[in-house]
Amino acid sequence: MFYREAGQFKTSYPSDQAIFPILQDRWTVITILVVAFVVIPLVANQYWLGPILTQFLVFSLAALGLNILTGYAGQLSLGTGGFMAVGAYATFNLVLRIPELPLVVALIVAGVITAFVGVLFGLPSLRIKGFYLAVATLASQFFLIWLFDHVGWFTNYDTAGVASAPSRTLFGALADAGGPLDFLAPINPVVSGPRAATETKYLLTLTVVAVLALMAKNMVRSGIGRTWMAIRDMDIAAEIIGISPIRAKLSAFAVSSFYCGVAGGLYVFTYLGNADTEAFGLTRSFQILFMVIIGGLGSVVGSFMGAAFIVFMPVLLNNVSSVVFGGTLSGDTISNMELMIFGGSIIFFLIVEPHGFARLWQIAKQKLRVWPFPY
Amino acid sequence: MKLKNLLVATVSAVVLAAPFTVSKAAAEGEQFIPMLAYRVGPYAAGGSGMFGAFEDYLALLNARDGGINGVKLTWEECETEYNSDRGVECYERLKNNGPTGATVVNPLSTGITYRLIERATADKIPIVSLGYGRTDATDGRVFPYVFPLITNYWSQNTAKIKFIGAKEGGMDKLKGKKIANVYHESSYGKETIPILDKQAEIYGFEVKHYAVPHPGQEQKAIWLDLGRRYKPDWVILRGWGVMNPTALTEAARVGFPADHIVGVWWSGAEEDVRPAKGAAKGFIAAGFHPSGADFPVLQDVIKYVQDAGNGNVDKKRVGTIYYNRGIIHGIVTAEAIRTAQGKFGNRPITGEEMRWGLENLNITEERIKELGAEGLMQPLHVTCADHEGGGNVKFQQWDGEKWVLITDWIKADRELLRPIIEASAAKYASEKGIEIRKGMSMGSDCGG
Repeated sequence: MFYREAGQFKTSYPSDQAIFPILQDRWTVITILVVAFVVIPLVANQYWLGPILTQFLVFSLAALGLNILTGYAGQLSLGTGGFMAVGAYATFNLVLRIPELPLVVALIVAGVITAFVGVLFGLPSLRIKGFYLAVATLASQFFLIWLFDHVGWFTNYDTAGVASAPSRTLFGALADAGGPLDFLAPINPVVSGPRAATETKYLLTLTVVAVLALMAKNMVRSGIGRTWMAIRDMDIAAEIIGISPIRAKLSAFAVSSFYCGVAGGLYVFTYLGNADTEAFGLTRSFQILFMVIIGGLGSVVGSFMGAAFIVFMPVLLNNVSSVVFGGTLSGDTISNMELMIFGGSIIFFLIVEPHGFARLWQIAKQKLRVWPFPY
Repeated sequence: MKLKNLLVATVSAVVLAAPFTVSKAAAEGEQFIPMLAYRVGPYAAGGSGMFGAFEDYLALLNARDGGINGVKLTWEECETEYNSDRGVECYERLKNNGPTGATVVNPLSTGITYRLIERATADKIPIVSLGYGRTDATDGRVFPYVFPLITNYWSQNTAKIKFIGAKEGGMDKLKGKKIANVYHESSYGKETIPILDKQAEIYGFEVKHYAVPHPGQEQKAIWLDLGRRYKPDWVILRGWGVMNPTALTEAARVGFPADHIVGVWWSGAEEDVRPAKGAAKGFIAAGFHPSGADFPVLQDVIKYVQDAGNGNVDKKRVGTIYYNRGIIHGIVTAEAIRTAQGKFGNRPITGEEMRWGLENLNITEERIKELGAEGLMQPLHVTCADHEGGGNVKFQQWDGEKWVLITDWIKADRELLRPIIEASAAKYASEKGIEIRKGMSMGSDCGG
């Protein structure tokens, strides 16, 4: 009744190739963007904006990055945490050593650096596949974390190895009042460090994530995305029809690492404020892999759904249990119960739909199409 | 999908989202303390013991005295799993609860402390990192809102070297000795590396650092190297959680004597040695308080809280090392609130007022006796320049059954540390553009 494309005719190729060919989809996406950009900053409190939503956006971006590599190009990777760390430490060093650099530019440069690192560690993928590749990327995880732990230069010789995000404005020091670009000063808010408003940090993260998600969506629909999928589905056949596996695999590693690197930079600068390698350990790699698996391999929207599940669920359980059982059950019981419910719900969702939330979402859309007269 | 189902889904989504927005109605006249607890994960033994005891002590004040000068104490737990990132989320969740917001935050994790220093300073909520945390925050002129009370890591480390020196028969005997530093690879573990290097230079011993990655169950290679190749005279164990029994078991496997391993106070609890069974016998650990439940304050906790069925942790754990450490957290928090009330009036105080209370905290020998904690804790005198306040360490040895104190208070080498702390804090201040406090600043006399 509400979700039906009957009567929406495409009269030109561009309209047929639109990202969201169905009108209702288009409106849904626009509504979500308006809510995210306008309504949420107006109504949400600090707690919602900071730890909940900003964190969710950052992890969505990282999951999206891994999804490009694992979901679209079929290359299993356990190095996500390491690549996020490269992005985080690269942003930190760029911003620290070149104070004039605007944070957004630093994030992009850091992403490019991570892309190079990703290509380097993606080289084994040309020879090995599947679980063996997972083990090879695991090596990158351990090596990168070891590097940041043991080379003091990366953390500016901090005793405890903590890189703390300095205060920076959106367009950098040049656009501050009195600088050469000082006409930009009124729209040059502080976007990192303790003085930055949570709203600003949220909006910056949201903008970066929205733009990169749009780019990802377009990439996987275009030629490059199709080569990734061809390699994923059958690499020999893909090679025979003229796709270069080297180029496809390495470009997947580069794009994926770029996304993970930007996510790492955002994680430190717009959410945590400071970070050590602990934030990017092996657990982080697994966490993001789980997001991709639960959300749905090979789906942009699935990355967001998976991130939402992994980020919100423990917080939700913690909040619910402290409201419901606070004062009746002991703290130990509540904490252990949360862990069990979280694990249980992962198993439950994977049994109900092994292809993740993205598949559930697809089924729901299909059902909506024929509703209220299912056949 | 039926329209009804859609409706049900929407309603349930709203219901599920509701707890996020609910802030518990707080009665006037209550003092709220957030608890960034960790009761699951590899460090649960420490977290449940200390936070349970901390809450037990606050419950004791409520039950026996009706709060502090009529102000009831309330608290709420948030599970961090000792994960620094979860700690940030918990801090943000709890910081605005209660009529005056969070009074003080006890992260009980060096990682979380590092994460929160700038946030809490901006929010004007003091951080008490009692016996852990960022060492150079001892210089309160640069870190007005951070209090590494009683004894920081560097102080503890100098006491350890003094202890080893005494065992060797004098500090001059340290020359040429080999000491291995086996540390938990985190901001906590790394904290003492520079000071050990410095002391190695001064006393002429050799130090080698061994990193153990979180959570610390994989140490075979390290101990093989220690036991067969490097063969140090002493091992300093900066362990935490499951890393400790693992280290002791591995040490026994390669035949390294347990009585030449000196642990930090986060490896000196019953939970750290019991799983290692016989391998732990003779192991020495630092501490700033003893175990045991004979202190009057603990008897009161048993009487008013645990026996009344309001305990926040298993009664069997009362009197263990972690439990007693939690009681000390409670005493310090309560005494700082009392100090602040003395200046600002008997009402719930804000984080800013609590900061004053902490900075002017003076727990004397007599006061400790009044509190029923004689022998449990050392006197504590905090000033603007000195956010540590104590600086004494005792050493204890595990006899297979219980911890036995083997030294009296050993004074930390604070003359050596002070210039290093000041230099490190000054570096931080210049990096962050912080002005070093002087004169009467924020209600405290900072000298100069």
